[in-house]
Amino acid sequence: MPPLRILVPVKRVIDYAVKPRVNASHTAIETSGVKHSLNPFDELSIEAAVRMREARTKKPPPPNSASTPEVADILALSAGPPKCADVLRTAMAMGADRSILIEVGEKEEQLEPLAVAKVLANVVEKEGCNLVILGKQSIDDDAGQTGGMLAGLLGWGFAGQAAKISFTEDGGGIEVAKEVDGGVETVRGRVPMVVTTDLRLNEPRYASLPNIMKAKKKEMRKVGVGGVFGWRARGGEVEDGEGGGAEEEGGGGKVEDVDGLVGRLKELGAL
Amino acid sequence: MSATSHSTAHPSPESPPDPLDLSTVPPTPITHLSETESLMAETVRKYATTTILPLARAMDEAETMDPAVVESLFEQGLMGIEIPEDFGGSGMNFTAGIVGIEELARVDPSVSVLVDVHNTLVNTAIMKYGTQESKRKWLPRLATASVGSFCLSEPASGSDAFALKTRAEKVKDGYRINGSKMWITNSMEADLFIVFANLDPSKGYKGISAFVVDKSAKGFSIAKKEKKLGIRASSTCVVNFDDVDIPSDQLLGEEGQGYKYAIGILNEGRIGIAAQMTGLALGAWENAANYVWNDRKQFNEYVGSFQGMQHQLAQAHVEICAARALVYNAARKKEAGLDFVKDAAMAKLYASQVAGRVSGQAVEWMGGMGFVREGLAEKYFRDSKIGAIYEGTSNIQLNTIGKLLQKEYTKS
Ligand SMILES: Cc1cc2nc3c(=O)[nH]c(=O)nc-3n(C[C@H](O)[C@H](O)[C@H](O)COP(=O)(O)OP(=O)(O)OC[C@H]3O[C@@H](n4cnc5c(N)ncnc54)[C@H](O)[C@@H]3O)c2cc1C
Repeated sequence: MPPLRILVPVKRVIDYAVKPRVNASHTAIETSGVKHSLNPFDELSIEAAVRMREARTKKPPPPNSASTPEVADILALSAGPPKCADVLRTAMAMGADRSILIEVGEKEEQLEPLAVAKVLANVVEKEGCNLVILGKQSIDDDAGQTGGMLAGLLGWGFAGQAAKISFTEDGGGIEVAKEVDGGVETVRGRVPMVVTTDLRLNEPRYASLPNIMKAKKKEMRKVGVGGVFGWRARGGEVEDGEGGGAEEEGGGGKVEDVDGLVGRLKELGAL
Repeated sequence: MSATSHSTAHPSPESPPDPLDLSTVPPTPITHLSETESLMAETVRKYATTTILPLARAMDEAETMDPAVVESLFEQGLMGIEIPEDFGGSGMNFTAGIVGIEELARVDPSVSVLVDVHNTLVNTAIMKYGTQESKRKWLPRLATASVGSFCLSEPASGSDAFALKTRAEKVKDGYRINGSKMWITNSMEADLFIVFANLDPSKGYKGISAFVVDKSAKGFSIAKKEKKLGIRASSTCVVNFDDVDIPSDQLLGEEGQGYKYAIGILNEGRIGIAAQMTGLALGAWENAANYVWNDRKQFNEYVGSFQGMQHQLAQAHVEICAARALVYNAARKKEAGLDFVKDAAMAKLYASQVAGRVSGQAVEWMGGMGFVREGLAEKYFRDSKIGAIYEGTSNIQLNTIGKLLQKEYTKS
């Protein structure tokens, strides 16, 4: 297996212990002045990546780690307001080597899962990552879509909700166990691959103080969200750099009301 | 960790750094923490709740510190908070340490004082007064492997710390120490001891000098371990020095400067104890708040819904926030190189009073459940008492504050 270049996307979310409140204008959850932290599922992802590295670097080596390939890079990424730097620092204090902050202004539209997946796909190509480990969902929106869509966009193998990640003895494959009703389902794949993490995967570490200080010196690159799409457009390999909508692609259309809908269905011979 | 009413008479010995010019710095809320300090708070909170909390009750009952806890403190980097990275420490600032001590006490004040004494007294002593060579020798050990103790108090000298009787004499190649120290925190766990002894009693307190003694030194022994009311997992012992010979490079700083070092170190150290007491008060308050607002119902309502209870909880919380403001302000002033002696004394005095009051009330708010040794309410209450005693009793703090105020307000 080639050395792993792992991308770990992380999200800054309202802390799990905070009781969310609706904002004054009743449009969304109040986020200002509320404690935020790293999405708990993303902590698991970072931990998983760091443990892969430690399989080779830690003495004595952890059990059953012999077949784990070398980890060349652990890149943490967050897309959001400048404050996301916090969670990137945490990720680097836990062991990520470097980070990228994709800046999305507080007032700009928030990124939906598809947009995030597209951002990630661009980063993967630009940075030459061959494994993406991300949370199965973030605890704010609970959409749970990003990982799957990313694998789709990249055309990579996908294993969701990992409760265990291991490397096959021949060193060629990744085995991911997922807990399902009534048992464990195991999927086997090869890099490049996208894996999403579930609760029982590991117990994330808390950063030690020296590592918190070291994280301050690690690289944090800041890029505007537009710039990221630019990377990919320049590469020219994948279409859809500007995020074309459904209409441009010729699918779907809009109707005004129920009557319009019925009329349109009749027109199409569906009724 | 002793007190002394001389605190204000002598300025600290090293030429103080120029105070920071704060005139152009925009003021921020006193509770505003730097990124490092917030990360410190967050990690220590997580560390303490997962690693220490499950052991806190058992360690108190057994009156011992679990060695696994000590080991994890080193791993976590909490034993070398301010020690530079070059010496194997975490290289953080003073206030980060204060925040860490506070967070630890929120969960277990015994573990908190272990970390506090080690960092604010022992590490600080070496960092401030040690030669480059002794820094190289001791700091890496203190940051990664060896717990430290600070030995000032004696059976006959507590508040009047500089009446100490332990003697040091010059011998060929070094010094010989004889005497007895009492109330020595961390002594069961420690490998290194900072010891204050008088080299020349004819000079009175100006003969006092500081030494570093290794546990393995011949003639060093731990005599009696005290059984205590509170912070029972923290060891407090009598230690004896019976013709203990140490090489000359284990003199800390200069001969005859020990009293100045002690004053300087304890002035800062007090902010640590104040942080311990603030964390303790918050821990006790939160423990009770959780119970009265989420668990316990009487007359079909959560007991915390009754106004009589709410007002008490509110009042207590205000006091905790006030204590914390004093603590952080003292810490920031110290960091800025400003005079902080009165601020540290005020913070320590008030935080220990608040800790005593709030943890006592918290027991009552929880009724019978506050009184039993199942939960932690009664433990916080017992642990709070020490705040008014070590590193200068409350009276000694009042002496310091009072003297400084009188000086400030005396005309001509
Ligand atoms: C658990 C614990 C841990 C400790 N850890 C350490 C340690 O690690 N290292 C160390 O060196 N010491 C340590 N000490 C010692 C501690 O600092 C002393 O106990 C403290 O300074 C008080 O001294 P004392 O006990 O002799 O009380 P005393 O000095 O005898 O005081 C008795 C009472 O008299 C009052 N009093 C004394 N003088 C005055 C005055 N001038 N004006 C008004 N009132 C006065 C005091 O306030 C107090 O109420 C520890 C003590 C305890 C209990």
